[in-house]
Amino acid sequence: MNRILKTTVLAAAVMSVAGVAQARDQIRIVGSSTVYPFASYVTEEFGAVSDYPTPVIESTGSGGGLRLFCNGIGDGTPDITNASRRMKPSEFERCEENGVTDITEAKIGSDGIVMGQSNENDELDLTLEQIFLAVAAQVPEDGELVDNPYENWSDIDSSLPDREISIYGPPTTSGTRDAFEELVMEAASSEMDEYEEAYTDIRDDGAYIDAGENDNLIVQRLQEDTGAFGIFGYSFLAENTDALNAASIEGVAPEPEDISSGDYPVARSLWFYVKNQHADEVPPMYEYTEMFMEEQMIGEDGYLKDIGLIVLPEEEREEWRQKMADRTQLELSDLE
Amino acid sequence: MSHSFDDISQQLRRRHRKSARLKWISMGALGLAGLFLVLFFADMLNKGLPAFQQAYINTEVNYTEEAATDARQAIAEDLVPIVSRTEIREIPKEIRNDEDLIGTSEQKWLLVNGEVDQYLKGNRNKLNEEEREAIDERVESGQVELAFNRTFFTQGDSKTSERAGILAAVVGTVMTMIVTLAISFPIGVMTAVYLEEFAPDNRLTQAIEININNLAAIPSILFGLLGLAIFINFFGVPRSSPLAGGMTLALMTLPVIIISTRAALRSVPDSIRHAAFGVGCSRWQVVRDHVLPLAMPGIMTGSIIGLAQAMGETAPLIIVGMVAFIPDVGASFTEAATVMPAQIFTWSGEPEHAFVEKTAGGILVLLAVLISLNAFAVLLRKKFERRW
Repeated sequence: MNRILKTTVLAAAVMSVAGVAQARDQIRIVGSSTVYPFASYVTEEFGAVSDYPTPVIESTGSGGGLRLFCNGIGDGTPDITNASRRMKPSEFERCEENGVTDITEAKIGSDGIVMGQSNENDELDLTLEQIFLAVAAQVPEDGELVDNPYENWSDIDSSLPDREISIYGPPTTSGTRDAFEELVMEAASSEMDEYEEAYTDIRDDGAYIDAGENDNLIVQRLQEDTGAFGIFGYSFLAENTDALNAASIEGVAPEPEDISSGDYPVARSLWFYVKNQHADEVPPMYEYTEMFMEEQMIGEDGYLKDIGLIVLPEEEREEWRQKMADRTQLELSDLE
Repeated sequence: MSHSFDDISQQLRRRHRKSARLKWISMGALGLAGLFLVLFFADMLNKGLPAFQQAYINTEVNYTEEAATDARQAIAEDLVPIVSRTEIREIPKEIRNDEDLIGTSEQKWLLVNGEVDQYLKGNRNKLNEEEREAIDERVESGQVELAFNRTFFTQGDSKTSERAGILAAVVGTVMTMIVTLAISFPIGVMTAVYLEEFAPDNRLTQAIEININNLAAIPSILFGLLGLAIFINFFGVPRSSPLAGGMTLALMTLPVIIISTRAALRSVPDSIRHAAFGVGCSRWQVVRDHVLPLAMPGIMTGSIIGLAQAMGETAPLIIVGMVAFIPDVGASFTEAATVMPAQIFTWSGEPEHAFVEKTAGGILVLLAVLISLNAFAVLLRKKFERRW
């Protein structure tokens, strides 16, 4: 009996592999872990409201998602990829080489990276340079680069509090880390003459602590370790305002309006990319993308705002919605 | 050389003291391990038990013309911020599929949204004073109440905390385990039978034996990479499917099953084999009719423990794409699915506070399943084990 059951199961499994159909009702999405909470909200809504099954969405990171996306067209490659940064020209070229030539781009909103700390501390204002000096592996001293000697914030600037430098941040695999390196470290080091090129090495003497991909972990650590800072996405700050506050950077606090307008310096845009060549093969694709771009999702009173998305200004939302409706083809010149 | 009586009795005391010290240290170690276990369980139960409760609201749902386009029209306006959006968003679709619904109404218990639920459980929430008072009034009148959380066991994952359930992950785990067992059990048992009963003892079989023992100690994520390269990229098995995950975990479980089966076969005394050969049985008959049945309880125990190990595994499944967002309960071996530990991992990363209890609740369910599997293995061993 047992044997018969197992044979049947195995046979059924093998047959269903062979029978994977050409046309697919289920959209496949990969990409950024930052966009993931928003995109999966839309996929769930899409599955509930439309007559199609819920799209499958995997959180692979922006780079990993674009690599899978650009692997080619046809079954086995994703239809849509999310990204917490814009596609790089090199990635676009790789897409072209592999036959992915017709892509439409959509910007859905913004995300800010905050320097959070426990509520027990007074609010604080940091400059990009101060943050850089706190986390860089080597810093300039008398015109030369030396191993980072700073132990307390007050060593960097006497106006800062006399607290030990201790920062919980994301690991190298994270998109948040990429953005932090680009928006804080590259920006600050390019202003300093001692560095010949952008410098993004982070110190490993214990002042910067890799806290893993899980931002919740950083939030919990900050409640225990009240002297420390944490680097994480804005949505985690919004969810924990009773326990945490965030430092303003260059005099601008991480408020939604300032992140959206770009006044807050450590902000990035969130994107997704659609493979138009899959449109015939995957009928519900545009219904999903259009639902994503609707006001009720990414708009001022949209659902995604409730879960931490920072919405775009109205004209910009209109512009990207139109581009999605027209299936505007992405050109290399757009990305440069 | 002579020791006085005093010397000897002093030495004896010293040795006894050493024994006593060792005993106390060992007991301390046991106590510490027990303490950790108790702390872990207490923390999990404390955080997880509220997940099995959920606030519901009793209200009337009206399938009106307006509700066909705007679902919010189906319930009283002042309830819109309290009722979970997931309860009403499907109304337009229901009406579209069944026109006769228009004009009818129904009295139902609906899920309330996560913030209200958290408030009623005394957790952190974002409600303001006015909203809290309004909820308190409804609780007093019996319109809102905490009840057993059916949704947690009948729904798949959701982004809205009140709707998130573990069923999709449980079904995914069951399907994955069926594939794992269907592959690793026959192959594992057959391999062990060959190595133990048929194979000559030479360099080759010794090398195979060493390699199998080493395989059992390999970090599980490597099996995930192997699964990605071979099953998904080469054979084209659909990514994220229980088939891909089950095959990958089968690779991981194989060495465990082979090793435990060999141990079980070896414990069958040779006298049984000799007696069977003596009455003229062939090797095939000896193995099938005598050795295998006697070794079966041991083989089953080993397989169940291997399976329990595979059930708690996440690392290789991340690589084959099973750590995904799956709101629909799966129905086929080739559709995307997720498993319990992956579901717990996903929930632990959600920013909303309500997911903390979901995470702990998921851990409790997984623990319950694992403990019952292991208890079943012990039971099998106790009931069927034979001693010679």
